[in-house]
Amino acid sequence: MNPELLFFLETVIGGLMAGVMYALVALGFVLIFKASGIFNFAQGVMCLFAALALYDFMAPGGWVDRWFGFTFPVWAAIALTIVVMIILAWVIERFVLQYLVQQEPIILFMATIGLAYVLEGVGDILFGSDVKPLDIGLPQGASDWLLDNFNLYVEKLEVVAAVTAAVLVTVLAVFFQRTRIGRALRAVADDHQAALSVGISLRTIWVIVWSVSGIVALVAGIMWGSKSGVQFSLSLIALKALPVLILGGFTSVPGAIVGGLIIGVGEKIAEVYLGPLVGGAIENWFAYMLALAFLLFRPQGLFGERIIERV
Amino acid sequence: MFKRIVSTLVAGLMAAALAVPAASAYELVMPSFDYRTGPYAPNGIPFANGYHDYLMMLNERDGGIEGVPVKLVQCETAYNTKQGVECYEKVKDTDPSRALVVQPLSTGITYQLIPKASVDEIPVHSMGYGRTSAANGKVFPWIFNFPATYWDQAAVFVKYIGEKEGGMENLKGKKIALVYHNSAYGKEPIRTLEKAAEKFGFEFMPLAVDHPGQEQKATWLQIRKEQPDWVMMWGWGVMNQVAIKEAASIRFPMDRFLGVWWSGSENDVLPAGDGANGYLSGAFHAPGDNFPVHDDIKKYVYDNGKALGERDRIGEVLYNRGLIAAVYATEAIRNAMKMHNTKEVTPAMVRDGMEALDLTEARLTELGLPDFTIPVKITCDNHAGPRKVAIQQWDASAKKWSMVTDFYDTMNDIVDPLIEEDSAAYAAENNIKPRDCN
Repeated sequence: MNPELLFFLETVIGGLMAGVMYALVALGFVLIFKASGIFNFAQGVMCLFAALALYDFMAPGGWVDRWFGFTFPVWAAIALTIVVMIILAWVIERFVLQYLVQQEPIILFMATIGLAYVLEGVGDILFGSDVKPLDIGLPQGASDWLLDNFNLYVEKLEVVAAVTAAVLVTVLAVFFQRTRIGRALRAVADDHQAALSVGISLRTIWVIVWSVSGIVALVAGIMWGSKSGVQFSLSLIALKALPVLILGGFTSVPGAIVGGLIIGVGEKIAEVYLGPLVGGAIENWFAYMLALAFLLFRPQGLFGERIIERV
Repeated sequence: MFKRIVSTLVAGLMAAALAVPAASAYELVMPSFDYRTGPYAPNGIPFANGYHDYLMMLNERDGGIEGVPVKLVQCETAYNTKQGVECYEKVKDTDPSRALVVQPLSTGITYQLIPKASVDEIPVHSMGYGRTSAANGKVFPWIFNFPATYWDQAAVFVKYIGEKEGGMENLKGKKIALVYHNSAYGKEPIRTLEKAAEKFGFEFMPLAVDHPGQEQKATWLQIRKEQPDWVMMWGWGVMNQVAIKEAASIRFPMDRFLGVWWSGSENDVLPAGDGANGYLSGAFHAPGDNFPVHDDIKKYVYDNGKALGERDRIGEVLYNRGLIAAVYATEAIRNAMKMHNTKEVTPAMVRDGMEALDLTEARLTELGLPDFTIPVKITCDNHAGPRKVAIQQWDASAKKWSMVTDFYDTMNDIVDPLIEEDSAAYAAENNIKPRDCN
């Protein structure tokens, strides 16, 4: 194949794969926003917290090992981390959200900023700030087969992330559309008081949605933690999810995926082909520029719900 | 009644006498600009621990420096320039001595403190980072950046590459990429490398990576496309780990990948596993905990429960860097005491002590650091010291760094004119009349 074309293909594939990684983070935001109207500033920190907990359950030298002298196998560590994220969801509902029913969205948003700081501090105290190499057995490095036979560079971990994202989206779509709880979640998202009046327990719904979001955060934390080690900069990946949300829409699960793919490919092509002309390092702001350009034409994002308000 | 008044007065006087500090209560204020939180904490913590442990060891073993206790004032910067400046303002006038020497541990913070500290008359030691042209002591009397600068390091990397290519003349036509943190720090070596590229005829390819550097796919795709012969890296934090993993993924040979000394710690290579084997980085001190000073630290700090870190992490690269930073500062203070014949030294006296620093191998051995680093001699006009750099290499199976070269001299013909030019520009901008050092 023509080397330029091959390179273009690699750039597009690299962008799509990076986009999936962003979408995994964005999904957590969408779930909470869809079900409760809260923009959860702490979503990035939740990814970090989940990955830290997972590491410490399974790794030699983690606190489980230090305190009890043993570690859990990967599957048990993942199960225990899911329990931790469910407990965290309950704690958040019990100590933060239940006092903020029917408050303005900005109040809820501010509460999640505080939550981000608390979670980061607690994570630091419990698990320490060192870089933790996370290895749950996911394949790492480039695909040798593609590299040797087609001279094509594709990261195996990112392929796993893409498959995982596809499974996750399918499961979430079924959960939201086909289950009673899913319908209840959507009812709560539409109107808190109306949902309460028909007997839906707001508190239960919030615990469920924050738990699901915590599990999605765990998946994102595993992927990003396997890529760069679990460390506190993981919390900053939320910044990568923001343009994805703007583009895909805050309330759409498929939007998060499509938005992630567009942002991923867009920023990589921009960095590779335009970057050298302007000194490089443009991919971060280019993603926001791309999202803003979409905003001009579709303020609700590609798949977001159109909000019409009387002023 | 009279008895009660007298006894009350006596008790009052006794209490007052206890409350008034004794004359010998002078303490040497040494700020520690730490970052134990935030995305760069994994690197900030071992450095802060090394700095802390050496000073605590001196307090426990010797009662401080020449018997005067060190008062360590820690301030959290989170590697954030704004917070770093706030830290400086908070600690600079700490009683009783004021801050004797400030080590900002960030190029961004150093740039902000250069004009401030010069007015406040507090010496700043940006050890191997910060503004390179601060090497010119005639223009920057309060700023020190020994034992070497980023520009020296870039020059030494070119020298090393030339040596590996079989001679500097063989650099012609080669392609050298620089993957750098898109910040004041990361941009420091660019001018030196541009000059070296002009002189030796290699193609220079700078590639910026934005903070924090978690996602670098586009950068490494460009490297894969352009196929540079060598890649240098000026990274920090997560950027290093991701870059090393990406390089391994695209099968870039690790023994042709050279990181600055801030991209060469255990944290940077461990997440890449075996893929990082053979990766190179600059160094100005040895790794490991097999020096007598470490034994003293274990005995006086760790055994006494005064440590902040974990015992098994003593001797990591960044721990040793914090330790040597503390050694430089305390030796400058010791010098100042001798020069000014007082133990109650001030920041201005410590500046004098630092400018007259002559840390020989014999003195390093006395301090428990034989063959740990190069001797350092500072003068009025040379605040960068020996300006020598060695190369260390990572052995993934042993999980150890080891020095693989001797110390290389910088390329004075490239770096010196740049230092002269940049410091002259700074002097002109700030109406500074360079000192006469003759």
